[in-house]
Order: sequence, then C-alpha cells, then structure tokens
Amino acid sequence: MAANTTLARVRLVLWGLVAIAAFIGGALFLGQLQEAARQGASLPGAARFGGDFELTDQNGKVFSSQSLKGKPYAVFFGFTHCPDICPTTLLEMSKHLEALGPKADKLNVLFITVDPSRDTPGQLKMYLSAFDPRIVGLSGSEAQIADVAKKYRIISEKVATSDNDYTMNHTATVFLFDGKGALAATLSWQEDEKTRSAKLERLVDNG
Amino acid sequence: MKTMPNNVFQAICACLVVAAIAALPTPLSPPAMAHGYEHAGLKIKHPWTRVTPPGAKVAGGFVTITNTGKQTDHLVGGNFALSKRMEIHEMSMNDGVMRMKQLDKGLEIQPGQTVELKPGSFHLMFMGLSASPVEGKPVKGTLKFEKAGEIDVEFAVAPLGAKSHSDEEGSATGGGHDHGDHHKHH
Repeated sequence: MAANTTLARVRLVLWGLVAIAAFIGGALFLGQLQEAARQGASLPGAARFGGDFELTDQNGKVFSSQSLKGKPYAVFFGFTHCPDICPTTLLEMSKHLEALGPKADKLNVLFITVDPSRDTPGQLKMYLSAFDPRIVGLSGSEAQIADVAKKYRIISEKVATSDNDYTMNHTATVFLFDGKGALAATLSWQEDEKTRSAKLERLVDNG
Repeated sequence: MKTMPNNVFQAICACLVVAAIAALPTPLSPPAMAHGYEHAGLKIKHPWTRVTPPGAKVAGGFVTITNTGKQTDHLVGGNFALSKRMEIHEMSMNDGVMRMKQLDKGLEIQPGQTVELKPGSFHLMFMGLSASPVEGKPVKGTLKFEKAGEIDVEFAVAPLGAKSHSDEEGSATGGGHDHGDHHKHH
C-alpha cells in the first residue's frame, strides 16, 4: 500500500517535470522563431525575389547588379509621370538616408522606372535632382525593364487616360536586400516612419 | 441669503459662457493657411497642390468639397494654369500595388456629402505641366461641376511630398485645431 502511494507520487512528480521541460523547451523554440522572424533571417520565399540585371543609370552609364554585391540595397519601382507615390517614396528615402548619417554609405538605393519610353536617363537625372544624390535612377529598353520587373515580381501596366495619354499601375513596395542579395524585408509607405527607419537600420547593421 | 443665489447665478452664467465659447466651431483650418469658396450650394475648401520634382509632367491637386445644396452634383474637370489638362483620378493601394483610375463620369457629390480629394485617394490630375508649381505661390485654376458650372479657385502650393496642406517641414501633424480629428493614425 505504502509503496504504491510513493510510486504514484514519484510518477506525478516526473510527469510534472516533463510538463515543465516541455513548457521551457516550447518557449525557447518560440523565442527563436520570433527572433528569426524579427531579424528577417528566414523570410518565406526570399529566394524567389531578385536576380542579376543590367540597366542604364541616370548618367547614361551601364549599371550592373554585380556592383550591388556585398552591400545591402533598397530597390523600388515607379515612373516620373506619377503624381503621388513615386515622389513621396523618393522623398521618404531621401529623409531615411539623411537620418542614417554615415551608415547610409553602407546602403545602395535604386529607383527603377516602369515607364522606360518616357523615363530616359536624362529625364531621370532631372527628376532625381530634387532628391538625395545617392539614389540611383535606372532605365533601359522595354525588354530590359520587363526582365528586371519579372525578377523582382513587379506588377506594372499601362492605363489609358484622355488624349491618348497614359498612366501606370505598379507595385509600390520598397524591397530591402541584404549584402548577400537575399530579400530581408520590405517597406510600405503606409507604415509609419519609425517602423521604416528601424527596418533600414537593421538592414544596414546586419550587412 | 439674497446674495447667494446671485453668486450662483453669476457662476452659472460664467460657466455657460465658457461652455458656449468652447463649443463654437473651430475655424476650418489655421487662419494663415485657410482659403475657401462657396458657389451654388457647394463649399470648396482649400484647393492645394505641391511642388513637383524638376522635369515632372504631372502633378496632383487636392480639395475638400461639401454639397450643401439639394441636388447631386459631379465634379467633372476644370483647369490649372500650369497644365494642359485636368483629369479626375482615383488612386488605390492593394497588396502593395498602386493603381490609378480616371473617373470618366466625374466625382459624384450627393446633397450633404463631403468629398475629400487627398493624397492616396481621389485627386485632380494636372497633365502636361508647363512649369513646376512654386511653394507659397498660388496657381490660378477652375473647378468644373456638372450642375454648378465652373468656379474660379486658387491652388495653394505646399512643399514637395507634403501629405496634407498643413504638412510643412517640422509640423507634419498640423496646428492645434486637430483635437477632434479621429481619422488621424498613429
């Protein structure tokens, strides 16, 4: 009788220990997952974004994605016949570069046109003169732009307006790539400035 | 005994006056910035645009319109002194994609309704800019309505990338008149 009761007690204590161990293990695992997610270390599907390209910068020089290797970069797509989101994003990125201070040298920022027939390198140069000079504007042939848009999974389409004119629908997300060329995070203009700043700081700090 | 009610009466009066002043409608926006128009049952509040980057061929225009009349009206167009054409567009953001749509039939404003044209939403599209608007130098133009006709307005010019007409460097949240504004995010 007495032995039975002791055994039952030991069993209870052991099961209790198992429960505690499971709890601690689970918490540790969750913590690691959250940390990984916070660091953007394993963004789902990251490998499917990006790729090598060759375009022309606002000074008319060939720009190869090879020159991005080893440094994190931010890339977004737009066009200069854009009344709202493109100048706003360029202005926000200019402010971010200023806020990063000397750290900004560890970051490349690319603005790629989705409207190469109107956005020649000369047009991009003029337009970008209102923003941080470190922002690189890129244009190219229709085929080159289509290729890079596909690699970055960008949606872009012409929309007819009056007088045979047109405007563009396009993905407005800013994509952040780490120094190894893997997608680390994205910025949305609907996020507040603090959130965007924190993501950029982390990108630059992690390299 | 006689003075007590008097004092109480005075106190109540004072309270009522304070309450009445507090309840007065606040000015539409800070006096230095505000301008507006009223015409044929339409209230047009603060038409504005902003500085564009050099070489920009388009600009967005923004305004708040209230229909105080009894008939539904449509904003169908207008003109802007620095552009060839004005169109009315709607911008939307879905899954990170920015989309633009021209409103062929104009923008409907029902009786009692206030429609806000603002960044990220409905806006005027000034197409074919001949020059960039200059900050602080208002630009003449018109707003054309189906029923109310064409109204002369001036567009105030805000800085590059301003998100609202009171969004100046360092004072992005505007003045002290916004306490009742429940649409603010943050």
